[in-house]
Amino acid sequence: MNASSADAHAAYVLRIADTCLILGQRLGEWVGHAPAIEEDLGLANTALDLIGQARLLLSHAGEIEGRGRGEDTLAFLRAEHEYLNLALAEQPNGDFGRTLVRQLLIDAWQMEIYTSLSNSRDQRLAEIAAKAVKEVRYHLRYSSAWVVRLGDGTPESHTRAQRAVDELWPWTVELFAADSIDQAMQQAGVGPDLASLRTAWLASVDAVLAEATLRRPPDVAQQRWGKRGQHGEDLGHLLSEMQYLQRAYPGARW
Amino acid sequence: MTSEDWALFEVFIRARGGLDHKHVGSVHAVDAAMAIEHARDVYTRRQEGVSIWVVRSSEIAASDPGDADALFEPARDKVYRHPTFYQIPDEVETL
Repeated sequence: MNASSADAHAAYVLRIADTCLILGQRLGEWVGHAPAIEEDLGLANTALDLIGQARLLLSHAGEIEGRGRGEDTLAFLRAEHEYLNLALAEQPNGDFGRTLVRQLLIDAWQMEIYTSLSNSRDQRLAEIAAKAVKEVRYHLRYSSAWVVRLGDGTPESHTRAQRAVDELWPWTVELFAADSIDQAMQQAGVGPDLASLRTAWLASVDAVLAEATLRRPPDVAQQRWGKRGQHGEDLGHLLSEMQYLQRAYPGARW
Repeated sequence: MTSEDWALFEVFIRARGGLDHKHVGSVHAVDAAMAIEHARDVYTRRQEGVSIWVVRSSEIAASDPGDADALFEPARDKVYRHPTFYQIPDEVETL
């Protein structure tokens, strides 16, 4: 593989890795603040699964890249515009309902992407995806159940859940909008045709929204490409907290 | 609604196939389905189990600790109820 296709390949894996990492960090913000101790642990478990996936994927991306950057360097020592996570993942937690709506949208996306990546021509990526899909199946069950409870709950919880769906929906466009890197990886047999995954994703999200008596908003134009390093102010705040220790005490270990 | 309004469920975990479900603790939840998820998240983080039962704590009928003397004391001197009380004849090979 030549240099530019290795770069595209590394960027492709980084996008999936960073989405796990940033979402895991977001969920970690709930620890000690969730509405019940059982939910505190539930969110922390999901966060740990995501960070575990991020570690494997970051290491893999570093190897493909071939510049000696390991998982820690990639996780903690990049600048904001070098993070390639989906913009949806960095959206602030808001209330518990908004966190779970965001989770549902990403869980359903991960189910589709990991399922198809488990047949990737990239052997290592296929192995990571096959392991991750089992974790995501539980995450999806957890987030779906909560979105149904809140959407079909009290007038207050319904209003809040609907507001979260309305506000987060525009960020889902990016999940299935293929750019040149996605297309190159599809041609190389590494990644799937993103547009074709959307049908299955939509079916799974629609089923939950319907049961939750929530309305799916119309698709609107793409706002930013998180996967091309275009991020909002929110990511900067998240990174300053996440990177603090490694920046202040380089090389610090447990 | 806060978690204080949630019902209490007792959690039973089967550690491995073939073993029985053992009581491990309790969780709060609005219904049994949520209780199973909570039990999974709270009590099986370290591969403790392969199966979960939950039951509403209010559905459990319990003996009164004040009755302990009447219920359990009489068994104390019934040593012949233990198999080790009996001499096994040498002729019995497989027991």
